[in-house]
Amino acid sequence: MDVLDVARWQFGITTVYHFLMVPLTIGLSILVAGMQTAWVRTGNPRYLAMTKFWGKLMLVNFAMGVVTGIVQEFQFGMAWSAYSRFVGDVFGAPLAMEALVAFFVESTFLGLWIFGWDRLPKRVHLACAWAFSLATIASAYFILAANSWMQHPVGIEFVDGRPRLTSIWAVLTNNTVLAAFPHTVAGSFAVAGAFLVGIAAWHLWKKHRDSAEDDPDRRVWRASLKLGSWVGIVAFAGLAISGDLQGKLMFEQQPMKMAAAEALCHTEEPASFSVFAVGDVSRADCESVKSITVPALLSFLAKNDFSSEVKGVEDLVQEYRAKYGANYPDDPRLGELAGKPIDYVPALPVTYWGFRLMIGFGAISAGMAVLALWFTRKNRVPPGRWFPLFGILSIVTPFLGNSFGWIFTEMGRQPFVVVPNPTGVDGVWMYTAQAVSAGVSVGEMLTSLVALTLVYGVLAGVEVFLLRRYARAGIPGVLPSWNKPPEPAGADGKKPEDVLAFAY
Amino acid sequence: MDLATFWFIVIALFWLGYLFLEGFDFGVGMLLPVLARDETERRVMINTIGPVWDGNEVWLIVAAGAMFAAFPGWYASLFSTAYLPLLLLLLALIGRGVAFEYRGKVNTARWRSVWDRVIMIGSWVPPLMVGLVLSANVLGLPLNEFGDRVGSPLVILRWETLVGALAVVGFSLVHGAAFIALKTDGEIRHRARRLAVRLAPVALAPLVVLLLLVQLREGSAWSWVPLVLALLAAVGAVGFLLRGREGWGFASFGVVVAASMVTLFGALYPNVIPSTLDTVYSLTVHNASSSPYTLTVMSWMAAFGAPAVLIYQAWTYWVFRKRIATHHIPPVHAP
Ligand code: HDD
Ligand code: HEM
Ligand code: HEM
Repeated sequence: MDVLDVARWQFGITTVYHFLMVPLTIGLSILVAGMQTAWVRTGNPRYLAMTKFWGKLMLVNFAMGVVTGIVQEFQFGMAWSAYSRFVGDVFGAPLAMEALVAFFVESTFLGLWIFGWDRLPKRVHLACAWAFSLATIASAYFILAANSWMQHPVGIEFVDGRPRLTSIWAVLTNNTVLAAFPHTVAGSFAVAGAFLVGIAAWHLWKKHRDSAEDDPDRRVWRASLKLGSWVGIVAFAGLAISGDLQGKLMFEQQPMKMAAAEALCHTEEPASFSVFAVGDVSRADCESVKSITVPALLSFLAKNDFSSEVKGVEDLVQEYRAKYGANYPDDPRLGELAGKPIDYVPALPVTYWGFRLMIGFGAISAGMAVLALWFTRKNRVPPGRWFPLFGILSIVTPFLGNSFGWIFTEMGRQPFVVVPNPTGVDGVWMYTAQAVSAGVSVGEMLTSLVALTLVYGVLAGVEVFLLRRYARAGIPGVLPSWNKPPEPAGADGKKPEDVLAFAY
Repeated sequence: MDLATFWFIVIALFWLGYLFLEGFDFGVGMLLPVLARDETERRVMINTIGPVWDGNEVWLIVAAGAMFAAFPGWYASLFSTAYLPLLLLLLALIGRGVAFEYRGKVNTARWRSVWDRVIMIGSWVPPLMVGLVLSANVLGLPLNEFGDRVGSPLVILRWETLVGALAVVGFSLVHGAAFIALKTDGEIRHRARRLAVRLAPVALAPLVVLLLLVQLREGSAWSWVPLVLALLAAVGAVGFLLRGREGWGFASFGVVVAASMVTLFGALYPNVIPSTLDTVYSLTVHNASSSPYTLTVMSWMAAFGAPAVLIYQAWTYWVFRKRIATHHIPPVHAP
């Protein structure tokens, strides 16, 4: 293994891990702010119970999102210093904006929300919930703008061998981010909705088979399940619409990624879409392994009609060679790759299956949401012994969908880290092989890869353990007074306001 | 003043904000086993920083982000050169952040003692590493013409940078003790105040050595002013604490760190990283900065963003201004 491979594994592992926490945080914090709004407006204790319960799970997850995010921020400089030098003039700005505009708001108002239940007026406290949850959305926007610029560089000129920013507005309104942002936010709500469905359904199934229909606990879980199901269904519709938009942009901006998504070896007109394949999709006659192909669907995804030509990998390789060069520059800092031919084809099995698993897992999770609504229609309780399995599957699938979406997007743009914009400024692109830190040794990089992976592994165990514990305990776990008669105030002679409402 | 110099100052201010704010957070964590006698007192200490530690940590993220945006060369060379110290910093911050949030989530002594240990290690390691990296930055790194490190991953370890590491640790200790004295009530408050006074001469010694070293090597006539100010403020802080003026004592430690940062970054300017191999390889405010357009964009953003941050973070401290004592701590409630 050389430094490049280790750095790529590290970036992939740490980023996918970060993005396990991120969508749950984004989706859940907005939903919790909504629940708290319902409570403030109606005074109904059911909404308070929901706010506290889902809020607690959100917090357990939030902490992990924060600490893994710092690694991301540092990693560009530590492991990808050549990349950072090359893109810094453009790429640093959205990152700094994210920190200054979003992270400060998130962290400060989250602190106020956690500890402020008794210190702040009800409405100010609610405003804090909205501040930090909307800031998570803002942070998503900025980081996606940065990422989209790597997929489709705009707003720049090429000076002294580097891109130089000429319009921040162009970067922030890149059509790539305008499509990726709704897609990612919808993906986040798919995760949060399924989380509600899975846990709420489990409580109904486990504890409320025989309880009265107006049991307050039962009503909390029903309300959560309904909310989660609808959020999940709408989110999937949003994913499909925005994803279709992304497909069309991808066809224009990254034709090789489009071909790789389909593992389309030869140009087709019209191009069909295969639902799955049996065998190795990267072989030269890739058509022979594909099963259940839908005629002309790929043409539709790419161009909105059923007849367009979609270029295959073989033709594109010729085009890319002619446009961007056949060999890497003969630069000793490229190590073994110096002067070697450039492989323009991404890992086809990864892109082909990544694309299908993204959509497939998302579809399963949306299907689960529909089923959950069906099972619980007219105040019913979910049936069957296999129900816990349903809950777990429902929770896990949208996470997988998100991860595969990113793996597809990021690996589909190889061998570039900054993909050339076919209609943009000439000369602005960067190969991943050129991006890695030249001064860092393999030993250092391996140390960090192993250390981070181990720590992340342990913490994943801890987080899942805590989430499970709180999820099982239900409302009494977060609201001791739930379902109990109110205690006489000041029984021990102490004024209750002396004691903090919440302390670590 | 040109924009690049302006951004050099802004970045110095972000680092100052970080060392000032998370300095006392670290101190609180380091002193956890020293100052607290029982579980309730440990919780008193942790809750003095409970609502604010995350906001304080973002100053580090913003400092790094601003370096990336305004001086990509600086960010890239420093972070890749100091790879291992920064890895340790990250690992410590990961553990520490999670520990605060998870410590009270299971009600057993064993669970808590594990997380207490994580908090302690997670509070000792970061100031060591920040001190190491910042002092190495000021004193110079072995960079070649590409801005890449020449030499082993450990070239950054020299006796001068070790002094720098101890300087930040020592400062965080007394700053944290003063913070505990300011934010708590009862026995622990007095213990913290006594400890700050007793620790100060030893704990601040490395900082003084570092400042003198930098001043003698790189300083100019004017940079004696902040240096002397830092020394006076340190003496003043102890004086205030001796007389029970905790607020003033804490503020004086703030002056110590501010004046120290002026000395250090003043000595660095106009370099952002001096190369110890050859001065022509040194990264400077001018050859490592972003384009004027990018710096202008960033300036507008900072002009609106930074004051807003200061206002709402100040508001948080005001909301949670009450001292915490053992009788304020609610019983543990965990499933
Ligand atoms: C689509 C959304 C998204 C994406 C693609 C990323 N993040 Fe993230 N990040 C968030 C959305 C987010 C968030 C939801 O806003 C988090 C999760 C928990 C939190 O506090 O904020 C967060 C936390 C978070 C933090 C900690 C903030 C704090 O201390 O409060 C940092 C430094 C980063 N991220 C940096 C990054 C970098 C450098 C990324 C690119 C590789 C990245 N994130 C990908
Ligand atoms: C602003 C946001 C992001 C930036 C700037 C970014 C940048 C990068 C860089 C520099 C690499 C290393 C080069 C490479 O191997 O391709 C990379 C790889 C990767 N990134 Fe991203 N990324 C971002 C967001 C994400 C997110 C949110 C995910 C998913 C969770 C992700 C998943 C991956 C994966 C899986 C790889 C490994 C690809 C490979 O090794 O072939 N990225 N990305
Ligand atoms: C329903 C049909 C869907 C379509 C047509 C679709 C389409 C796409 C496309 C074309 C991309 C790549 C964009 C690019 O690299 O240029 C993408 C990325 C992505 N997808 Fe999907 N997707 C769908 C469903 C889903 C689902 C269900 C999820 C998650 C639960 C998901 C999560 C993601 C993520 C996280 C990314 C990477 C970030 C981004 O580029 O926005 N997608 N999707």
